[in-house]
Amino acid sequence: MRRTKKHNWLRRYTGVYNRGINPRGFHVSQIKFYILLLPLTAVMLLPIAFIFSNAFKPPDELFAYPPRFFVINPTLKNFTDLFSMMSNSGVPISRYLFNSIVVTLVTIAASIFVSSTAAFALSKKRFKLKQTLFTINTVALMFVPIAVTIPRFLVIERLNLLDTFLVHILPVLAMPVGLFLIKQFIDGIPDETIEAAQIDGASDLRIYWQIVLPMIRPAIATIAILTFQAAWNNAETSTLYVNNESLKTFAFYLSTLTATTATGANVVAGQGIAAAAALIMFLPNLIMFLILQGQVMSTMSHSGLK
Amino acid sequence: MQRWLNREGSAYAFIATYAVLFFTFIVVPVAAAIGLSFTFFDAIQPPHFIGLRNYITLLTQDDTFMRYVLPNTIQFAVIVGPGGYALAFFLAWVLAQLPRLPRTFFALILYSPAMTSAVAMAVVWKTLFSGDQTGYLNSFLLGLGLIQEPIQWLQSPQYLMTIMIIVTLWSSMGIGFLAMLAGILETNPDLYEAASIDGVSNRLQEIFYITIPSMKPQMLFGAVMAIVGTFQAGAIGVTLSGSNPTPQYAGQLIVNHIEDYGFLRYEMGYAAAVSVVLLLMVLFFTRLASRLFASED
Repeated sequence: MRRTKKHNWLRRYTGVYNRGINPRGFHVSQIKFYILLLPLTAVMLLPIAFIFSNAFKPPDELFAYPPRFFVINPTLKNFTDLFSMMSNSGVPISRYLFNSIVVTLVTIAASIFVSSTAAFALSKKRFKLKQTLFTINTVALMFVPIAVTIPRFLVIERLNLLDTFLVHILPVLAMPVGLFLIKQFIDGIPDETIEAAQIDGASDLRIYWQIVLPMIRPAIATIAILTFQAAWNNAETSTLYVNNESLKTFAFYLSTLTATTATGANVVAGQGIAAAAALIMFLPNLIMFLILQGQVMSTMSHSGLK
Repeated sequence: MQRWLNREGSAYAFIATYAVLFFTFIVVPVAAAIGLSFTFFDAIQPPHFIGLRNYITLLTQDDTFMRYVLPNTIQFAVIVGPGGYALAFFLAWVLAQLPRLPRTFFALILYSPAMTSAVAMAVVWKTLFSGDQTGYLNSFLLGLGLIQEPIQWLQSPQYLMTIMIIVTLWSSMGIGFLAMLAGILETNPDLYEAASIDGVSNRLQEIFYITIPSMKPQMLFGAVMAIVGTFQAGAIGVTLSGSNPTPQYAGQLIVNHIEDYGFLRYEMGYAAAVSVVLLLMVLFFTRLASRLFASED
């Protein structure tokens, strides 16, 4: 039966065509979901909007009474103040930021390497301990790092890693979730692809580098984001394992700012600077996720835990 | 030996770096925590073995633990864990009913709190919940006439726990939420059609009879992430109130108790025993979740 063109639009928005999971377009049955989501997301967005708004407030707006949520006369003063500041111990702010950037970049690169090589072996190689190792890693998904802060401290002390650059990097690299996600993703590559390359005489290193890596870009993007969040947002490492002020990170510096504002000291100068620093902490997270969100979603569909 | 090297050597070479790091920073600390929990250790003298005494003290003499820390942890974990998990699943399901563009938009907003860092958000919460009349929440409520005088939100035992729970729920649409969203989107559309022929008539039945059963692995992954996230989030009370112990122990969770004994009192053996209890709690809840969402095959 041929549908008349006239009623097509009506069918499109009210018929079965766009109903249910993963629809292609708008349908009246979706209105209730928008009514639910719009106010909810608006409220959830408020603290994030506040990070942006607060960072650009001039002093008189930061301390206005009654306080105003959104900035009226935005200024960059908080940022210039931040970068002209020295911490209490005389380390310039740019040094903390530099440390954070270097630590984060090195950690991401190392984490991609460490997790993807291990995942390749766990997924495509045959060896005796394969199943055992994967099970151990799956159990470790429920590992709560914060629970073993003290024994970790003792391990790091024994390894002479206290007050080194590496202490920021090494503990973050063993990331069970990351290995798990990449391994599941590599499982999706057909064994025939690997076998064909083996018949052609390609070495494991070559298979890993030229076949597997290019095929698992989404999983690599995901691990990059997870590592980024773990490294960039990490203030604990600096607090617990680093005494040398010039080796500490920007996240640590920000945590000292809120500590001083809490006690009342340095309130006036502190708030604007803290707001600017909070925005600098948050923004890279957002940008990373915006760029890589498509890749992350396609990795997550392999995330099932059996 | 040569043959073994040819066959399996390269696999072990590929896995070696991860294995070494995993062993050093996860296995050894957990083993050390278990070992230390049977000792008295003050970080100055070497630990000496005292058997189960730490655990006995924890269960019988640690008044703070029994009166505040354990009830607080259970209250926090029950609301934030299953609550946050159910919320994440529900929102993922709602998002899956929308076309791609609005779905991505809302998913980004819901996920963005999960990528904020605790240190950056401390700045925000402290300003929003500031205790004097210039605090945003106080000013807002004063303006509406709902309260007569400013409330010390983060310092009053009455409100601290509620704020901790709201803040943690706010940031709980993390990686587990994304996994469940992906899982729902991947369920086979034919199943829904078949079900409607079999007499499944409303959306709620659809969720329980089709959606959840066909994405059990993602449900389990989401559950594990929710459990770990809940216990990992335990530092929030100290971050918000700015002190450990929190005011009148109102926001004291098991994680803060560990830190209190380990880094403030240097009773590391005792702190290790509390760590072991925490790890056992995580293990217990994860077991429970795997029972619930075990795949049949």
